[in-house]
Amino acid sequence: MTPLLSVQGVTKHYGARLGCGNVNFDLWPGEVMGIVGESGSGKSTLLSCLSGQLAPDAGKVVFDTRAEGPRDVLTMSEPERRMLARTDWAFVHQNARDGLRMGVSAGGNVGERLMAVGARNYADIRAQAIDWLGRVEITEDRVDDRPRAFSGGMQQRLQIARNLVTGPRLVFMDEPTGGLDVSVQARLLDLLRGLVREMGLSAVIVTHDLAVVRLLADRLMVMKGGHVVETGLTDQVLDDPQHGYTQLLVSSVLQV
Amino acid sequence: MTDQAYNFAYLDEQTKRMIRRALLKALAVPGYQVPFASREMPMPYGWGTGGVQVTAACLTPEDRLKVIDQGADDTTNAVSIRKFFERTAEVETTEHTAEASVIQTRHRIPEQPLEEGQILVYQVPIPEPLRFLEPRETETRKMHALEEYGLMHVKLYEDIAHNGAISTAYAYPVKVEGRYVMDPSPIPKFDNPKLENAAIQLFGAGREQRIYALPPHTKVVSLDFEDHPFEASKADHACDLCGCGTSYLDEVITDDAGGRMFVCSDTDFCATRQAQGHRGALSPQEEYA
Ligand SMILES: Nc1ncnc2c1ncn2[C@@H]1O[C@H](COP(=O)(O)OP(=O)(O)OP(=O)(O)O)[C@@H](O)[C@H]1O
Ligand SMILES: [Mg+2]
Ligand SMILES: [Zn+2]
Repeated sequence: MTPLLSVQGVTKHYGARLGCGNVNFDLWPGEVMGIVGESGSGKSTLLSCLSGQLAPDAGKVVFDTRAEGPRDVLTMSEPERRMLARTDWAFVHQNARDGLRMGVSAGGNVGERLMAVGARNYADIRAQAIDWLGRVEITEDRVDDRPRAFSGGMQQRLQIARNLVTGPRLVFMDEPTGGLDVSVQARLLDLLRGLVREMGLSAVIVTHDLAVVRLLADRLMVMKGGHVVETGLTDQVLDDPQHGYTQLLVSSVLQV
Repeated sequence: MTDQAYNFAYLDEQTKRMIRRALLKALAVPGYQVPFASREMPMPYGWGTGGVQVTAACLTPEDRLKVIDQGADDTTNAVSIRKFFERTAEVETTEHTAEASVIQTRHRIPEQPLEEGQILVYQVPIPEPLRFLEPRETETRKMHALEEYGLMHVKLYEDIAHNGAISTAYAYPVKVEGRYVMDPSPIPKFDNPKLENAAIQLFGAGREQRIYALPPHTKVVSLDFEDHPFEASKADHACDLCGCGTSYLDEVITDDAGGRMFVCSDTDFCATRQAQGHRGALSPQEEYA
């Protein structure tokens, strides 16, 4: 089997400061990889490099494309990469405002990706938007409301619907539950888990929150100071951490 | 009387050459917005400085100029631009569409079909059709370069979602030669089908420093949805002065008792028809009895 995403030696500096260094991993179809680590450990930097939003200094990010098989995303032309970003990939931002068009209705937000790939039938676009709103538990009567009128949790669910409507194969998420109330977080996680399983999505999820990875991630990478210090099956890493830093991370969470 | 202090058509020759280079580039890539170094003109931006600069760069002493503002030759804006070129270029002017070699327009395309050899210059306030949903210039430029035009349909989707139909009535976006999406300036969408014609069409945005163009007979398609097709709509009425049932109409309030009438927005077209003997419902009777 070919990995869906193969990350090889990805390194990014900001001037002299290391963002992330020599990161390697394979993501298999249907697999969810969690990335945890303290603030400033390089999680967002790595995710941006993987999703083509930031050019790393070195390394390869090989994605198994539908048409041509494995291709290094970093050497693709920009049009190809942007096409990938709005078809086979999805990116869920921590702040829904970064991932939504705040001046456009919920239906328009979900429909945008469909229209971007050529959908030109209003009734079809609207029906698909309503279907997807339903799947993220937003009722049909909100389809013409702008995201401004939505709660934080709803905005985040709308962002997820907007991203998944084109049936992507790989989803990047940066702190998808950050900034939400605990009860709202739980509902969102539940929903995400359902969608990931149902659609057989592969995902890379960055988070501070070990509960998020426990629930969603098959495998886990622990980062510190830009480097991956430990990696393994989620339960294994959380229940039997090997690296000193991971032990600290797990025990500090358990004590709270 | 000419003011000797001015170069022909006000702008210096070097500036006109710069603008002509931009015009040629714009004609070579129909619908593509070409940046140009817009100059200060002796009139405020809202008065069509982009169009004036394009006209200045096109005019030759043999040209005959017509200037319209929303179809009318006699508004302050049209009159002052016409006077400006009478004074700085000593060109002949006319109100008749068929007699003009260069027509500068704000927000209308003349009803009389344009012919080969004519130049139509549009005054453009906002050249970027994607700005409504994407304010970042770096991003819109990329979207044009990569033909990522899904956003234009998001705008039309929003129209239908909120109003039940595509309510965009002016500056209705078009796709040019199957490639660039273009804002045709705030002409009524009624005029969109007329964008495909035999003249050279030049668009000048002064404040935004952009020029774009349509060579003769360029294919221009108004964006729409399969189930909400584009319609070049107008008021369902005939002109009350010339009886024309197919021209674009202005609604005019005639008294303070709610009286109103519909008249052609193209004043030359309407006057020409009346001179040919056409009559509308509210035409004065006695004069022609
Ligand atoms: N745009 C930037 N310019 C300079 N340095 C940056 C930039 N972005 C991140 N860094 C630095 O790179 C390192 C990794 O930052 P990154 O944002 O990837 O961490 P993170 O793990 O996502 O942190 P957080 O959990 O706070 O989001 C940090 O030292 C950070 O200060
Ligand atoms: Mg981060
Ligand atoms: Zn008339």
